[in-house]
Amino acid sequence: MKYFKYSAGPLISIILSLIIGAIFIILIGQDPAEVYVKMFTDTLGNSYGIGQVLFKATPLILTGLSVAFAFRAGLFNIGAEGQMTVGAFASAWAGFTFTSMPWIVLIPLCIISGFLAGAFWAAIAGYLKARFGSHEVINTIMLNFIAMALVSYLVNNIYLVPATIHTPEISPNAVLLRFDVITGMFKGSPFNLSFVIAAAVCIIIYYVIRKTPFGYRINTLGYNINAAEYAGMNVKRLTVYAMAIAGGLAGLAGLNFVNGYKHYFELGFSENAGYVGIAVALIARNNPFAIIIIAVFFGVLEYGGLTVNTLVPKEIVTILQGIIILLIITITKYFDKKFKLAKA
Amino acid sequence: MTNHLAVEMKGITKTFGDLRANDSVDIKITKGTIHAIIGENGAGKSTLMNILYGMYHPDSGTIYINGNEAVIHSPADAIKLGIGMVHQHFMLVNTLTVLENIILGDEVTGALNTIDKRRSRQKVKQILNNFDINIGLEEITGTLSIGTQQKIEIIKLLYRNAEILILDEPTAVLTPQETDELFKTLKVLKAEGKTILLITHKLNEVLGISEFITVLRNGKVTGNTETKDTDKDQLAGMILGGSFESIKRKQNSPAEEFILEIIGVSVRSDKGLPAVKDLSFEVHRGEIIGIAGVEGNGQHELIEAICGLRDYSGSFILNGKPADKDLPVAHIPANRHKHGIVMEYNLAENVLLGREGEAEFSTGVSIKEKALRAYTERLIKKYDIRPAEADLLIGGLSGGNQQKVVAAREMSKHTDLIVVSHPTRGLDIKAADFVHSVLLEESAKGKGIILVSSDLGELLKLSDRIAVMFNGKINAMLDSATTNEREIGSYMLGLSGSGGDKG
Amino acid sequence: MKTTINLILSFILALTITSCGKKENTENNTGKLKVGLVFDVGGRGDKSFNDAAYRGLEKAKQELGIEFEYIEPGPGADREAALRQFSSRKDIAVIFGIGFIFTDEITKIAQEFPDKKYACVDYTVDPSKTIPPNLVALEFKEEEGSFLVGAIAGLLTKSNKVGFVGGMDSPLIKKFQVSYEAGVKHVNPGGQILVGYAGVTGDAFKNPGRGKELALGQYNDGVDIIYHASGVTGLGVFEAAREMKKFAIGVDSDQNDEAPGYIITSMVKVVDVSVFEVIKEVKEGTFKGGRVETFGLKTKGVDYAYTDKNKHMIPDEVKAKVEVIRQDIIDGKITIPTK
Repeated sequence: MKYFKYSAGPLISIILSLIIGAIFIILIGQDPAEVYVKMFTDTLGNSYGIGQVLFKATPLILTGLSVAFAFRAGLFNIGAEGQMTVGAFASAWAGFTFTSMPWIVLIPLCIISGFLAGAFWAAIAGYLKARFGSHEVINTIMLNFIAMALVSYLVNNIYLVPATIHTPEISPNAVLLRFDVITGMFKGSPFNLSFVIAAAVCIIIYYVIRKTPFGYRINTLGYNINAAEYAGMNVKRLTVYAMAIAGGLAGLAGLNFVNGYKHYFELGFSENAGYVGIAVALIARNNPFAIIIIAVFFGVLEYGGLTVNTLVPKEIVTILQGIIILLIITITKYFDKKFKLAKA
Repeated sequence: MTNHLAVEMKGITKTFGDLRANDSVDIKITKGTIHAIIGENGAGKSTLMNILYGMYHPDSGTIYINGNEAVIHSPADAIKLGIGMVHQHFMLVNTLTVLENIILGDEVTGALNTIDKRRSRQKVKQILNNFDINIGLEEITGTLSIGTQQKIEIIKLLYRNAEILILDEPTAVLTPQETDELFKTLKVLKAEGKTILLITHKLNEVLGISEFITVLRNGKVTGNTETKDTDKDQLAGMILGGSFESIKRKQNSPAEEFILEIIGVSVRSDKGLPAVKDLSFEVHRGEIIGIAGVEGNGQHELIEAICGLRDYSGSFILNGKPADKDLPVAHIPANRHKHGIVMEYNLAENVLLGREGEAEFSTGVSIKEKALRAYTERLIKKYDIRPAEADLLIGGLSGGNQQKVVAAREMSKHTDLIVVSHPTRGLDIKAADFVHSVLLEESAKGKGIILVSSDLGELLKLSDRIAVMFNGKINAMLDSATTNEREIGSYMLGLSGSGGDKG
Repeated sequence: MKTTINLILSFILALTITSCGKKENTENNTGKLKVGLVFDVGGRGDKSFNDAAYRGLEKAKQELGIEFEYIEPGPGADREAALRQFSSRKDIAVIFGIGFIFTDEITKIAQEFPDKKYACVDYTVDPSKTIPPNLVALEFKEEEGSFLVGAIAGLLTKSNKVGFVGGMDSPLIKKFQVSYEAGVKHVNPGGQILVGYAGVTGDAFKNPGRGKELALGQYNDGVDIIYHASGVTGLGVFEAAREMKKFAIGVDSDQNDEAPGYIITSMVKVVDVSVFEVIKEVKEGTFKGGRVETFGLKTKGVDYAYTDKNKHMIPDEVKAKVEVIRQDIIDGKITIPTK
């Protein structure tokens, strides 16, 4: 019953959105059953499709986690997109700059670079909030714009491979291998070891939030900032730390594309994973493990959209994805109220 | 026959989950009387009144207003039926004028739906005349005293033609002088034919002003009487359901040595204005210093400075040594919901608040959950916290038990100095008594306690000395053995003493 | 609540039933040649590059009786997935990638699926790498076309000031700018050229508002003709031309219809012809991969638009001069800078 209460909202909204989607598909003169069957079999019906779905899910896990972690501290991180972008660039930079290093050094270096770059970027927003009280939503949105422009500048003017829109390739020692290469499974899909990193990070964040004094302080900050202050916590410093960690998590989201897939940084790589992460965190109620499940669901939506693109124009697919997200959020809220799941 | 009844509620039952807040409550309120509803916290007084005001819907039962059956779905319905309520926390907009607050939401409108201030003012003036109330309508609400703000709330109801007025613990925030004035107003209202429902747990007041009394206990009516036929002991029996003996006054005397010396401390308010002005006093070992004062005279800022939550100038000397910013001090804050607990946490997590770094509860990397749990269970037992479940969310506890959790946590911090603000605000007699006994016990151990309270009875009962703050200074330092509420009240209002400086 | 669930269930049931009968009309092999095409970031409706490719498909459908499907993947990781999706289909024989950003992916996929045939428009040729034998690289000499429209602008300008609006500030678009500038200077050494870019990201190709802003600025500075190489952003340039009653030069397709009377000409890339030709070769069995197919002035693979709709805007003596330059380029008498 407990699980039903928590899953009823998302399930009913998925069914409802499939129906609304069917209406749209009929309107453009296609057969909804055919579209849905294709979408389902091409994503989850074969190992290549599953690999694609998990590949799409990987950055969403990390950006979702980023948003969720900030939210634990009562902060809205709208800046995962920018943090991911600077993180991805930093990972690539480490990978194509320190080419002589062995993998045992270089891979951790790429991971740490991505984390630190994202963390630094988000910490700016956190510091501005703590020091001057400017709202983190505005701070992070503005920093997104700056991140895009800055990274574009760096790529176009300093690190560009001519006649492309990407940087040089990273050293083979910086590559996070594809499961295809390691196991022969998921043939041809870009699904790679970044997923393992993302899953491990979920476990670490779960532990930090639930078990450590630091996580306890973060939670307290989010639930009741006044009580946190009265309990002697340094609220300002915690705000900066919370944003920094959130940014670091988003910064890791770039590994999937850079070190796991293309082996270079390419402009426009993000596919809005930073923004989709907000929806992921929202639907998963900021629970690290639920985030994995929801991210995979979004992976199905995204890759599924591509598989039916020959039948349904891209715009319709985007509309459908938007409707599904909206429905899940609103219907879940409705059920929360109905079952009194939300805390008073 | 029923025409003389303003309100009749029959068989009202309301449950919240497993809790029966009201259990077939019957109550009759005679028109043109002051009717007190008394009982412990959690006895169901507020629930009953919230049902009458349309905030809650009863599971069963019927309500008659002026003899007619009424269905009240919302406060708007209640207002239409002539029922108004003054809540414990005022619903006023501080930045608006008195007039604007009164007419807000029910403005007299003129051409093009604009507010016709002239006609509104006439209507309000009429009310003020009728009920002999004196307030400047153009004053900014936030600058007025609590007593005056309460009057504004009452005028708001009269402006909406309320015939039945519900007042929820109206005297909790008032000085004795302000209470007198409120009661004078209530008597005028009664004389004009209004019906007044008074929720309170102060027995002296009940006996002084009401004509009828209904006692609630555990959601049931345990007494229904005319005031002239009863007395304090009988009422206490009906409230508590048995004999109850209040604890005695403070026994131990303070030692000579100082725990805390406050020397020339000045603190600014949130707005940057001087709130505490060059203030000095000492707290002896084993002493309880009471701090009295009308709210907003610097008590809050002083407490926050001592607890390291606010910048100050001057110095604190703790146990003979000049103290830096973070004094080791236990603090029971005035607003426990805002500052003392985290509603989303369970008891154990609330006990951990502010102590998560201590070696007793943390390995440095992770929290020692077993140790925390065992510790919490010890506190639950020692402080008789109910329900006795460490895993329960604190939001599910009554106010008194929440306060016990805060007290338990702070008292167990092993500090020499304890700062307490309004520790029994909103608590029933039993819970308040328990908190008092805890404070006396800590004092007997030789700790120094600074107690801020608006309940002068509480200050007189617990304190050795009472510092009365007025305008950021100590207007008088009184010996609680020789002073009384009247004297304290006159220093609070600046009628006696140096009066502080007017700047 | 219960009724709602019933309603939903019956709706789903109805959908499944109605759709069962129609299943067989897709993914069956009608024996016709089937083409899969993956669009560039801009996707269909850019009134330029991608739409030109689409015209090639339509023409092949009508004249050669082929079938086609397309995918619009957007930026990011989907290009490879889209190519792979077509490649793993039995019924699809030829796969197109539209745009230079497909270079890496299409090379890789072509190697992986040696039985399929591939073509990539604007493929970036790297002399150090070989092109797979089942892939043909379609390269356009945009610098030749840009040089020519530069010459037209240089000859027609009355204020002696012309403008250029680029999309994303990148070496690729720089090539358009530099060769255009060279064209202007070639006929009009004293001519002044103002340059503006819409941005530094891929979005700079999709921002007509910014395009209009840049163009208005240049027109106000005395420019009377602007050449744009900025995708959808260019629609804003045309809007500004209409508003200021000045002139613009289109790119990729003949963009005359976007602002008739204000667009002197367009630097035309015959993407449609190239797509059509590749399909025709496959159909006739003459497809030959592993090579670069260059479309320049010589083969009319790039050109400037000169039709009934715009020839009144290009005087005969100007046209004559431009034709001389064209011949000089073809003959190698003029070298065109690209950087």
